[in-house]
Amino acid sequence: MKPTRVLLAKVGLDGHDRGLKLVAHYLMDAGMEVIYLGLRSTPEQVVSAALDEDVDVVGLSFLAGDHMVLAPRVLEGLKRKQLGDVMVLVGGIVHKRDIPALERMGVRRIFLPGTPPGEIVKFIQGKGAAA
Amino acid sequence: MTFTTDSGIPVKAVYTPEDFPERDYEAKLGAPGAYPYTRGVYPTMYRGQLWTMRQYAGFGTAGETNRRFRYLLGEGSTGLSIAFDLPTQLGLDSDAAAAEGAVGRVGVAVDSLADMETIFEGIPLEKVSTSMTINATAPVLLAMVLAVGERQGVPAAKLSGTTQNDILKEFIARGTYIFPPQPSLKLALDIVEYCQKNVPRWNTMNIAGYHIREAGADAVQELAFTLANAIAYIEAARARGLAVDEFAPRLSYSLGCFRDLFEEVAKYRAARRLFARIMKERFQAQDPKSLLFRTFSGSCGSTLAAQQPLNNIVRVTLHALMGVLGGHQAIHTACWDEGFALPSQDAATLALRTQQILAYESGVASTVDPLAGSYYVESLTDEIERRAEAYLAKIDAMGGMLAAIESGYIAREIQAASVRYQRAVDSGEKVIVGLNKFQSGEAEQSPAELFEIDPEVEARQKRSLAEVKRRRSPDKVNQALNQLQGAIAANENVMPAVLDAVKAYATVGEICGVMRSRWGEYRAPAHLR
Repeated sequence: MKPTRVLLAKVGLDGHDRGLKLVAHYLMDAGMEVIYLGLRSTPEQVVSAALDEDVDVVGLSFLAGDHMVLAPRVLEGLKRKQLGDVMVLVGGIVHKRDIPALERMGVRRIFLPGTPPGEIVKFIQGKGAAA
Repeated sequence: MTFTTDSGIPVKAVYTPEDFPERDYEAKLGAPGAYPYTRGVYPTMYRGQLWTMRQYAGFGTAGETNRRFRYLLGEGSTGLSIAFDLPTQLGLDSDAAAAEGAVGRVGVAVDSLADMETIFEGIPLEKVSTSMTINATAPVLLAMVLAVGERQGVPAAKLSGTTQNDILKEFIARGTYIFPPQPSLKLALDIVEYCQKNVPRWNTMNIAGYHIREAGADAVQELAFTLANAIAYIEAARARGLAVDEFAPRLSYSLGCFRDLFEEVAKYRAARRLFARIMKERFQAQDPKSLLFRTFSGSCGSTLAAQQPLNNIVRVTLHALMGVLGGHQAIHTACWDEGFALPSQDAATLALRTQQILAYESGVASTVDPLAGSYYVESLTDEIERRAEAYLAKIDAMGGMLAAIESGYIAREIQAASVRYQRAVDSGEKVIVGLNKFQSGEAEQSPAELFEIDPEVEARQKRSLAEVKRRRSPDKVNQALNQLQGAIAANENVMPAVLDAVKAYATVGEICGVMRSRWGEYRAPAHLR
């Protein structure tokens, strides 16, 4: 079976990627293939990498409060490229009030601070494209 | 059962004089304010002057930040620390496409001198020292403070404050670099050189371990990589022809306050001793001021939890206690609601009160270095120093810190420590109260009121930027930017040209645009393993 491919991205200007790299490590340990574009990706770069790399999951990390501006752009971009079935996850500091709106837009799950990385692995294994 | 410190150093059940014989006192400790400075950089420490209670703040527009600053000063804060939004830190104007959603969010938006004038309205620069968390764009923001000072009638020679200006750690933590490492280092040194001649009381760099720790490093790595960065700057400054005793006294440092109280205190003490020895033996510094590891310490936000958030008040109290027992010159305490949003005003006040209670009620500031002579703390100080030195030797063997960073070695070391830490949290070996032990029924209790950034900030900031652009003289701006371009091409110090550009109300984005066109932007490789 082809391993699950996950694109992890820091969209926007924030430079804190400790959490993202930690998740990357756990996903790789679980046998998944992880692509990380480095800091400060634009939504367009994320969408085109998701297409080129044929990923099953896109994980976005937000810590600077810009998720309501940037997450929708990634989601819309994916839909435009017929990638609406790619599972989109968000992790980081997200205001509780924003969670329903992000879910309505198509984010499958929002992982808040303190989430054990293993939980994200299990979530992808249970509901991801591979399942 | 084995006991270790938070960073994995083995801890014995009991420590005795064998761990710290009396005969070591003079060589390893000495008097406070004397070599090797283990006990503190000044003879009387907090008896002479309490630490500066420096709360990090800044959000929205310059006007809002000015109001928060005046409030903090009114409540007894003794220094200011400005947080800038990400576009300002990355050399983008508020009307740049890439800035959308980030204007005024994690700090104040500064586009031109007009914003800096507003930030300091009614705040006399000669009485208040200002620390700025700014790195890649530090020359521009420093120039703005100098220009405001000039307008307030405060000569540059009387200004005091700090620019973080520690670009190397941006490449291994934090991430707000713009240009490739070499020109980045040149800009950082331009500030060092310029201030040495023109702004003698300015702390030109705050070489920071704090962010390295927050990126996942352990206590030993934090110390070792901070010192390795310092060594790289000092070597580069000497290569430029600057004499160590002329610039080293204006370098300052910062380290984080993490979880393990004795380990953190030992880290600060080891830092002072190891640094003094490096300055004396490696760089032959003669001026005692060059040997002082003056520090600003801060609560590590990553030790706070969003679960049962009021517990963070207790954690922050411990952070402040570590800072005081560790002998820092300035301390920042985090706010308990940081895991949810920017701090509310009440939470910010409580964080300041925490320091005031320690300073005025607890008695911990009454004598210098009260943990000295503890067999455990002295033994831990020695061990941390030994381990940090081993790292430094390894980095030297790799050709220095710049090479170690570029090879990905530092990023991999930090990543490995970060994974080790998380695994220990997963297994429950490391306890985080409320997160992996003693969870209450509710998974999460959000604070009742969260601080909200006014959604209109971005639009308002863009309007005022447009207004500045309308009012200024385009000729003067172009002339200043051309002059800057010339200075860069000639490899001159950029500060005089940046100062002229700032005074002509050229924007952060325009000034950095000139630099970008010469040096390009750097995209760091992502090291995942």
